[in-house]
Amino acid sequence: MKNNSRYVLFFILPAILMLLIFVVYPVARTVILSFLDSDGQFVGFKNYSKVISSREVFDPAGFSRGFPLGALVHNLLWIAIHLPLTIILGLSLSVLLKNVKGGSFIKSIIFLGMVMPMIVGGVMINFIFDRNLGIVNGVLSLFGVQGKTWTAHPDTALLSLIFGSVWLWTGFSVVLYSAGLETIPKDYYEAAQLDGASSWKIFTKITVPLLRPITVVVTTMTLLWELKVFDIVYVATMGGPGGASNVLALQMYTYAFRAFDFNRSAVVAVILTLSTLAVSLSLVRSVRDEQP
Amino acid sequence: MKKKILWTIIGWLVGLIWIVPFVGVLMTATRPLDELLGGCWRVEPFHPTLNNLVGAWNHPTASLKQGMMNSLIVTIPATFLPLIIATMAGYGFSRYRFRTKKLLFALVVITLALPQQTIAIPIFQLMNWLNLVDTYFGLILVHTAWGIPWITFFMRNFFTTIPRAMEETARIDGASDITTFFRIVLPMALPAIGSAFALQFTWVWSDFFLALILIYSPEKLLATQRIPLMRGVYHVDWGLLSSAAIIVMIVPILVYLLLQRYYIKGMIGWSLK
Repeated sequence: MKNNSRYVLFFILPAILMLLIFVVYPVARTVILSFLDSDGQFVGFKNYSKVISSREVFDPAGFSRGFPLGALVHNLLWIAIHLPLTIILGLSLSVLLKNVKGGSFIKSIIFLGMVMPMIVGGVMINFIFDRNLGIVNGVLSLFGVQGKTWTAHPDTALLSLIFGSVWLWTGFSVVLYSAGLETIPKDYYEAAQLDGASSWKIFTKITVPLLRPITVVVTTMTLLWELKVFDIVYVATMGGPGGASNVLALQMYTYAFRAFDFNRSAVVAVILTLSTLAVSLSLVRSVRDEQP
Repeated sequence: MKKKILWTIIGWLVGLIWIVPFVGVLMTATRPLDELLGGCWRVEPFHPTLNNLVGAWNHPTASLKQGMMNSLIVTIPATFLPLIIATMAGYGFSRYRFRTKKLLFALVVITLALPQQTIAIPIFQLMNWLNLVDTYFGLILVHTAWGIPWITFFMRNFFTTIPRAMEETARIDGASDITTFFRIVLPMALPAIGSAFALQFTWVWSDFFLALILIYSPEKLLATQRIPLMRGVYHVDWGLLSSAAIIVMIVPILVYLLLQRYYIKGMIGWSLK
């Protein structure tokens, strides 16, 4: 470790300057905007109470009526369905495909969902759930069920997007869990097999606990992704019909660039930022512990 | 043995579920619309055509030819600039001791996870003030700044794993720290830079939100921005839309196929440190 300020400046100053101008300053400005009215007067938490009580963000009446429930609830629902499925599918598919002939080829196919732009991912979701062309209806018609365009109806729009996004994102957890499996020593499995442990027991007592660090990372990254989801919703449903599939990131965009209400938009941005910070705090903590 | 066969069948069924939408989109893009209305999986009648793909490529209002060109003009500098700046920063954080190091590194890590929505309004206002709204230069600047945190973090973690002996030797021979960095360190770091390149390129290419708020002239729109425009007003023209989807996703898929090893390494390193 050396201490030579001339070289330190040379190496890190460009990065820090770019960060300060194009990231740190805008973040600070967004926070400030969230406390001002459109004339630039300080109004305290008024924007916050306005946003949180607005139907677009939180719509308690939806719980008895059906969708929309408000962007905030939609994001939470996204997490509640998407996160467990990501973990379960990632764990089980990585173990399954490790022992299957052609498994790495199948993994590559699953990973394609992660590689394509999410705006294309949204189109794919539209396609999967389309009334005439859609694969979902193709399967349903085998059982004689008459389908619909699932993304175009309030009661199924959000759920279609969520299940479609599972299809897109599973590649991420499969790849990470597969990498994690490589690090588990073979002797563990051999010893367990000698002791006559069943496959299920080996999976729950050896594989799952040893993959815990991966589960932490997958959970963190997936939560961040679910909070930030935007492109898919924008292209597939534009948050509709009637706000039934609206999410926070899209609401921020709508407030700012459709209604030109920068202050309310800033509130949504701050809520999003605080949620992501809370999630990534564990990451920061682990880095700090490891710093000398 | 029987069990093994059963698992193999299940594995392949899962693969089938994942590949069917891709096959469906490909079938839709390469056939005339009237053959599709009964479902893209019906292969009777089957008349392959390139009309849809050509139509999307030369679309009158949202030509993908132009969109792909524009996306390349933005993506190439917006990949290399942050790579250079952040590789230097990652090296600085791994090799030097200075008073504000902890604070600045914490800044890098915190900005790593931010949603783009956090900076959207002030970035729009700032670019407006700098007269850079609706210019690629402005968009490239924002992409560069946005890529710096994760690449810095990634490269710093890489540099902490490689030994310093070579650098020490170079210094004893009288090379300055800067010469050492460019002559000795950069070549050793190429595999990590390859990973960062693959991911940053894919992410900038795939970006939609930053382009959406900064670029609005019809002829300047990037490839991803043109996809929602392909939809058609009264009904969805699936032939055109699926063709556009295929054309736009081909680039990141090529990057992935060509740099698969780096791509996966980056993905794992990016999240597992």
